[in-house]
Amino acid sequence: MAVLSTGGAPSPVPVPGAGARRTVRSRPRRRILPFSGWHLVLAPTALLFVLPLVQMVVASLMPDGDINRFPPRFLPSRISFDGYSGLFTGSPVLRWLLNTVIVAGVSVLSHLVLCSLAGYGFARLKFPGRTASFFVILATIMIPTQLLMIPTYVMFTRIGVINTLAAAILPWLTSAFGIFLMRQFFLSLPKDLEEAARLDGCTQLGVLLRIVLPLAKPALATLAIFTLLGSWNDLIWPLIAIQDEKTYTIQLGLANFQGTRRVQWSLLMAGNMVATMPLIIFFVAAQKQFVATMTFSGLKG
Amino acid sequence: MTPVTTVRAVATSARRADLPGADGADDEERRRRAYRRRRTLMTTLTGWGFVGPAVLVILGLSVFPAIWAFFLSRQKWNGFSRAKDVGWSNYSRLAEDPDLAAAVVHTLVFTALFVPSSILLGILLAVALNQRIRFVAFYRTCIFVPFVASAAATGILGNFVFSPQFGLVNNLLRLLHVPQQGFLEDPHQAMVVIAVMSLWQQLGFTVVVYLAALQDIPRDLVEAAVTDGANSRQVFRHVTLPQLAPVTVFTSIWQTITAIQLFDLVFTTTRGGPLDATQTVVGYLYKQAFRSLNFGYGSAVAYGLFAVTMLITLGMVVYSRITKFEAF
Repeated sequence: MAVLSTGGAPSPVPVPGAGARRTVRSRPRRRILPFSGWHLVLAPTALLFVLPLVQMVVASLMPDGDINRFPPRFLPSRISFDGYSGLFTGSPVLRWLLNTVIVAGVSVLSHLVLCSLAGYGFARLKFPGRTASFFVILATIMIPTQLLMIPTYVMFTRIGVINTLAAAILPWLTSAFGIFLMRQFFLSLPKDLEEAARLDGCTQLGVLLRIVLPLAKPALATLAIFTLLGSWNDLIWPLIAIQDEKTYTIQLGLANFQGTRRVQWSLLMAGNMVATMPLIIFFVAAQKQFVATMTFSGLKG
Repeated sequence: MTPVTTVRAVATSARRADLPGADGADDEERRRRAYRRRRTLMTTLTGWGFVGPAVLVILGLSVFPAIWAFFLSRQKWNGFSRAKDVGWSNYSRLAEDPDLAAAVVHTLVFTALFVPSSILLGILLAVALNQRIRFVAFYRTCIFVPFVASAAATGILGNFVFSPQFGLVNNLLRLLHVPQQGFLEDPHQAMVVIAVMSLWQQLGFTVVVYLAALQDIPRDLVEAAVTDGANSRQVFRHVTLPQLAPVTVFTSIWQTITAIQLFDLVFTTTRGGPLDATQTVVGYLYKQAFRSLNFGYGSAVAYGLFAVTMLITLGMVVYSRITKFEAF
């Protein structure tokens, strides 16, 4: 937006396209800089946030000789794919990535199905035991996952799912937070349409699938992103539940990798790229939705 | 096809019900009661069909383990041999354990570094990003992107950037003729560096929350203050900041809970070192439970963590009620 008036005394500039919004400043203010002073805050900060990521990309394409010399170089003398080839030949990283895609995929899907069903049931249906069971679910929101780790580990060992992908997936099947989120959203929808559909002979499930869920896309997207970030990036639970290298998630693979190959930076940065780039691309593509999610989880959580 | 048949069936049954008979009224009553019973059964089944699966998962994977953890916390058990009942002694051990006390101190230091700065910087950057200036969308993207990076990836990247020999930061310091630092290898600096990494990764969250809160402030309020002759600093101090108070209660609770559960980032950077200087409560819990196989004592530590989380949340909610912030 062009509120960037150069020098002189800027008269109140009506912001184009902002409709009813008026410029608040009524007194002319002398400007020392030819641009807004906020750039002096934002430009260095933005650089600070992006520079490490840039360095990750650059270092993953550097020969190790360039990194491990004194003084180190920031830019490579030549582009080298040694990091990536070392990563793909020296470790089952693709397998780890596939495992993570499975874990995150099942988690997101299951979250969407179970939380919509339960959220709708709690918001709209009347049945014996509704209040009691909803109260139990609400009470579990405050439980930190660290409290559940030990008993869950023992339980999973006994039923024999420890060290399988199922162990990584099960805790992500649904969440009290997700049920609560969907319920609140359904409560905010008007009832009339659903009642009309019921009168026309639509089943309760049909109402949810055909009438309510199409209206619930923002809430579903929020839930999906929230679950995707959590299950894709989780480290402590896979670390406990999975020992077999073939069953590692990408985060666990990376974390263990780094213990064994401390200074093979190009390889470690290549691993970081593989683990992080899918989410970064997804973020840049769906940034609006991501920001809405962060806000939503922030204000309603 | 089907609807027609249904309609016909309904019509037949209706006609049959209308038939006058000796015990017609009695029949009618019985039928109605049966119908009502079937309906109650149907609504119960439908209701539980909807919420049942999720409730079962929550019962099995949250409620049951949480209760079990309490019984574990009163035992001495390594997962294999027979569990021994030890009463409350695991809890009294909590109070006397010097390693746990050290872990609590490290966690508090991290919390004190992380929470206030994430809130202050969050407000500052949100105000900056709320200006109608050029490139603001680009700045926003830059500041939000690290939020999708995992703690593991952040830790590994941080190891590189803060590496004493090869890292970018020491390299820049060298150009500025500042002495080289040990960063993660220096017990006095390690926790600060971890807090910086944590801020880098998670600042996007508070910025987004405050940005939304700023955009929710009614424009009239600001305009009224300006008409009354307030300058922009006074508007910020007396109009904007009070409006951000409820959100601040929320961000304080959220960031504090995040901070006292710190683990992943430490695990991928220092693993608690150097000299245990960055061992956190959750790190200590992990070590006790899954390295030393003290399931009982580990559960007691976990219950302690749970209690503290509850206290902090309740305390802040009550405080906000008393001071009338009305966040909840």
